[in-house]
Amino acid sequence: MATATTPTRPLIGARVTRREDLRFITGRGRYTDDITLPGTTYAAFVRSPYAHARITRIDTDAARRARGVHAVYTGADLAAGGVNGIPVGWVLPDMKLTDRRAIAVDEVRYVGEAVAVVIADTPYTAKDAAELVAVEYEELPAVTDAVAAMQPGAPVVHANAPNNVCFHWTIGDAEKTDAAIRGAATVVRQRLVNQRLIPNAIEPRAALASYNGATDELTLYVTSQNPHVHRLIMGAFVLGVPEHKFRVIAPDVGGGFGSKIFVYPEEVVMCWATRQLGRPVKWTAERRESFMTDAHGRDHVTDVEMAFDARGTVLALRVKTVANLGAHLSLFAPAIPTYLYGTLLNGVYAFPTIYAEVDGVLTHTTPVDAYRGAGRPEACYVLERTMDIAARQLGIDPAELRRRNFVPAGSFPYQTPVALSYDSGNYAPALDRALQMIGYDAFRAEQEAARREGRYLGIGISSYIEACGLAPSQVVGSLGAQAGLWESATVRVHPTGKVTIFTGSHSHGQGHETTFAQLAADELGIAIDDVEIVHGDTGRVPFGMGTYGSRSGAVGGTAIHMSIEKIKEKGRRIAAHLLEAAPEDVEFSGGRFSVKGSPDRGKTFAEVSLAAYLAHSMPAGTEPGLDATSFYDPSNFTFPFGTHVCTVEVNPRTGVVKVLRYVAVDDVGNVINPMIVDGQLHGGIAQGTAQALWERAVYDEGGQLLTASLMDYAVPKADMLPLFETDRTVTPSPVNPLGIKGVGEAGTIASTPAVANAVLDALSPFGITHLDMPLTPATVWQAIQSATRRG
Amino acid sequence: MTRISLTVNGITHEHDVEPRMLLVHYLRDTLGLTGTHVGCDTSQCGACTVVLDGERSVKACTMFAVQAAGAEVLTIEGLAHDGTLHPLQAAFREEHALQCGFCTPGMIMAAYGLLRANPHPSEAEIRAGLEGNLCRCTGYHNIVKAVQRAAQEMEAPSTDQAGREGRVFTPVSVAPVAAD
Amino acid sequence: MYPAPFEYHRPGSVEDAIALLTTYEDDAKLLAGGHSLIPLLKLRFAQPKHLIDVRHIASLSGVREVDGAIVIGATTTHATLERSPLLRQMLPILPEAASQIGDAQVRNMGTIGGSLAHADPSADLPAVMLAVGAEMTAVGPRGARTIRAEEFFVDLLTTALASDEVLTEIRILVPAVGTGGAYEKYPHPASRYALVGVAAVVTLAGDAMQRAQIAVTGIGSTPSRAREVERALAGRPADAETIAAASSHVADGIEVRGDLTGPAEWRGAVAREHAARAITRAVQRARGEWATGARSA
Ligand SMILES: Cc1cc2nc3c(=O)[nH]c(=O)nc-3n(C[C@H](O)[C@H](O)[C@H](O)COP(=O)(O)OP(=O)(O)OC[C@H]3O[C@@H](n4cnc5c(N)ncnc54)[C@H](O)[C@@H]3O)c2cc1C
Ligand code: FES
Ligand code: FES
Repeated sequence: MATATTPTRPLIGARVTRREDLRFITGRGRYTDDITLPGTTYAAFVRSPYAHARITRIDTDAARRARGVHAVYTGADLAAGGVNGIPVGWVLPDMKLTDRRAIAVDEVRYVGEAVAVVIADTPYTAKDAAELVAVEYEELPAVTDAVAAMQPGAPVVHANAPNNVCFHWTIGDAEKTDAAIRGAATVVRQRLVNQRLIPNAIEPRAALASYNGATDELTLYVTSQNPHVHRLIMGAFVLGVPEHKFRVIAPDVGGGFGSKIFVYPEEVVMCWATRQLGRPVKWTAERRESFMTDAHGRDHVTDVEMAFDARGTVLALRVKTVANLGAHLSLFAPAIPTYLYGTLLNGVYAFPTIYAEVDGVLTHTTPVDAYRGAGRPEACYVLERTMDIAARQLGIDPAELRRRNFVPAGSFPYQTPVALSYDSGNYAPALDRALQMIGYDAFRAEQEAARREGRYLGIGISSYIEACGLAPSQVVGSLGAQAGLWESATVRVHPTGKVTIFTGSHSHGQGHETTFAQLAADELGIAIDDVEIVHGDTGRVPFGMGTYGSRSGAVGGTAIHMSIEKIKEKGRRIAAHLLEAAPEDVEFSGGRFSVKGSPDRGKTFAEVSLAAYLAHSMPAGTEPGLDATSFYDPSNFTFPFGTHVCTVEVNPRTGVVKVLRYVAVDDVGNVINPMIVDGQLHGGIAQGTAQALWERAVYDEGGQLLTASLMDYAVPKADMLPLFETDRTVTPSPVNPLGIKGVGEAGTIASTPAVANAVLDALSPFGITHLDMPLTPATVWQAIQSATRRG
Repeated sequence: MTRISLTVNGITHEHDVEPRMLLVHYLRDTLGLTGTHVGCDTSQCGACTVVLDGERSVKACTMFAVQAAGAEVLTIEGLAHDGTLHPLQAAFREEHALQCGFCTPGMIMAAYGLLRANPHPSEAEIRAGLEGNLCRCTGYHNIVKAVQRAAQEMEAPSTDQAGREGRVFTPVSVAPVAAD
Repeated sequence: MYPAPFEYHRPGSVEDAIALLTTYEDDAKLLAGGHSLIPLLKLRFAQPKHLIDVRHIASLSGVREVDGAIVIGATTTHATLERSPLLRQMLPILPEAASQIGDAQVRNMGTIGGSLAHADPSADLPAVMLAVGAEMTAVGPRGARTIRAEEFFVDLLTTALASDEVLTEIRILVPAVGTGGAYEKYPHPASRYALVGVAAVVTLAGDAMQRAQIAVTGIGSTPSRAREVERALAGRPADAETIAAASSHVADGIEVRGDLTGPAEWRGAVAREHAARAITRAVQRARGEWATGARSA
């Protein structure tokens, strides 16, 4: 019972340990590959060794005859079986659509594209038989670099895009920007390469499909961040399976980072094959397959021009970006380098004008799509790297240059020149706090002293903004999205007052089973153990758009809040009826409905719940039961922000960069669980740091992926990273009633330029102004060598 | 097929297996112990880590089940005793050392081996000791904290868990394992 | 991830192992820790029909001192080398190098014999074997023979072992008083194999370096002695200048490999830096720890 000393919201904002952890730390998590149904068969794919080739012949006879083999299918079999191409979920004006088949027909366009699938009794026998599939190819010339692909005469990826340009997209005011740049005192120009990355969630993608011919029901267990979206696209567009006969379950998912948003060929094949065979069919990616077929991230080449007046105030930004899309359009690919990138190019600064042009280019490489941050890290890198180059060119301290150009605290909501309206913000305190934590002035003094001893220290700053809470459906609809981006939540109160919440958000590490329960328990004034969160199953959750774009707290959480409000409202009416009071006179607090002014006249939430189901005495016109469903469509994005600062030391003899300290001050609005917020930041910072220093996907000229294993591609290990020092400022978002902004991608967005800037700051005594990432020892050493040679 | 007998989490099993079956597949598919995961095909990620003969952490993806014949295998499922979490399990939860949880069983089993060999590791020794395990979610920060916490807990006289009677050695390397 | 089928044998003795090798000839492969072989089998880069597991042959395992030499059984794991009190006292360069192989799990399975027999150009222990002047014992149907480290590593993934021979043990003379050794490694950021590894063993006479044996791995197609460095050190004072000058020769005569991590010139620079570090620490050990560690007799 609530007393005066009990806080009414003990859980929101508290460090609550996670409820989902128990199953994971005891080995009882249930990931897709952990599930085996009676009679399960196993798939192995035969994949193209060529980046571009014509398939002249496929001989599957020997494989079909091999021990334990149930079937061998090719692209032609799927096409004949009525399987359509995999569509794209975001269509831009004048965009060239590509025909993407789950299994290639006639032509392969990247190394690793599926050309056949073998289904057998065990994964071992499937693999044995896959080796027996004989495919003849006629190799064709390939192009992997997007800039090269735009040149006349380059090999063509899809015939309907003869120059390989899939779309040309612009945003902002070209004339105004040109004029501002012409009249500027200083224009900083730089070409920046944002290298291609491979996501590498530690759980490989997997799919297990099972068809029951007696009920005509198809069930798919899949490593997905958004099972409803999978069902919609696969059911309605690819397979022609009615949604009410198709259940998609995303059980525990071992990390996504974007890569598990999209509909992939293998899941389509599993769904189709189980209907042919009448037996469950399972496929789990080998890591090599993950490298070749999980959608890659980033891969931009950008020419940036940033104009300043004589006092160092920003006047304009002009950006021209070539974005590599890979061989096919993955689900959200067109949106990433456009609406999630171009619109973020204002950053935290008061640019009077901006103009950005983006060419989306097809190449003979793995498709590129959203990877943690998705467009926003690319935008932040352009701004923050250029800011540092500008600071050096202008002779202004990089912290000071940023502070001078921040959107002023009093000007929110703030309309940028690139379409977005920032909800709330206060940028200087986060910068100041970060500088204070790192000891900025003291470090600069130490840096000076170290340089005199031939040691090279550097400090890098990155002030970022993130757009979270994807997204107002009408807005995204008008911009080309083929779906709305609202979220749903059903709150079901059981007769005993226990609560089950069905959310369309999906957790693959974010801890929703805890944060959403904290939210609901506090709002209902009940114990957290009385709340259960259900997600990831189209058979149980009405509908939902899933988790990406740091949307779950702000959008999914708000949908829960709305349903709880409805529950409370109905509960109030029932309580008033039971208490013989007017509903206006009944208030709800601490899990209890009571009459204003006479607190001992009340009913607990559980009593009211029971009354709702007994329905022996209900207010007139009120239906029995107590549950509510809400769909929340946000009115705007939310805009978290902050400043990260990193210090490094560079060894000039080997080029090795050591990260000394990393400080992050973030403003993610109101916080439900600080432990989880910090955890999201840590992981994001690790990924962003890895882009700055180690990770890079490399294709050779012929289109072979040279970094196709964890022996070649440097996913960071524990001994490559420091402890992270985090702090927060809190500027609630006015967009949603919870004041939440979101945190899923902040660490990744901010950290890449912070680390890169630190390294380039360390290298400034050599006169080195910019190096493209990753800033590997060899890259750094070579730059020092040629700088020293130049004298 | 080869007949093997081995002990997993205290229970002795006998099976006919194909010699080529990896230990990790035997644990997952034959015994249904799916807590041991597979994250890669080149022995890098450590998601498959189990403990062999009471103290050695090994990668179950880089060992055939037939090689383990006669051995004692401890997997994540066998770590808690009588409903009480092992200090490492408890510390992982307390310190929020897991997000998606996929790397977690392997990470805990590797940490178990680490603490057996070195019950008082420094931060740097923990980081080096876990270099065979990849986590993409946590940035390792809280994993390091959890191992430190567990090491402290296991100090407490009340626990008789792993690490108590294990061989103690101090790492010999004066050269840092990561490049500098 | 899914190896091709094979038959598994677990012989109880070296003789039985040799008999199996003789029976199955090229279809057979010895299996020790499996940490080089199994990754290849999983990728189906190798598909032997018979695997002969030597890990359980008791006589092949362990570290002991015999008549002024340290004798290491072929199936001794890296972890055992790392922790061996005998080695830590007598030959600290070896535990130091062993402790930097792969990761803890790899070291718990991988064996010294497997590492040497596999002869990966980026493996760590071969460089140490060259620097300490180890001798390998190989036993085959024609009996036992001794192979000096310098003759053992022939080329990329190729050793002097015949296909029907088992490497049974490695012998290293207990170093003379005044000798010190050190291993410096620059690991690949992802695989953790050596992009550069330098093993240095130095014997001091007063302040001068009486003898130096330096070996390098990772940079060429096979590990090798850095003779030019050795020449530039021998008889000279053990000071920083000498070491720096000598280290600059570490890649002389080697066709240095470049790869995705960086070009050959950079790899050479890293090798020079690591040579200097290894020699410097070897000298420090020769002046102190190792000298006192070795038996005076
Ligand atoms: C993830 C990972 C990281 C690694 N990192 C490193 C590293 O940093 N540095 C490093 O040096 N190594 C590294 N290794 C390799 C590791 O050291 C291996 O253990 C070693 O190379 C091989 O030893 P093994 O006992 O596992 O041999 P196996 O794999 O069993 O055998 C290897 C080869 O040697 C043959 N062989 C084995 N024993 C004998 C014998 N007694 N006589 C004759 N032939 C024999 C086998 O037939 C086979 O051809 C790594 C391995 C992995 C999986
Ligand atoms: S599965 Fe990755 S190391 Fe075993
Ligand atoms: S918690 Fe997800 S990989 Fe470690």
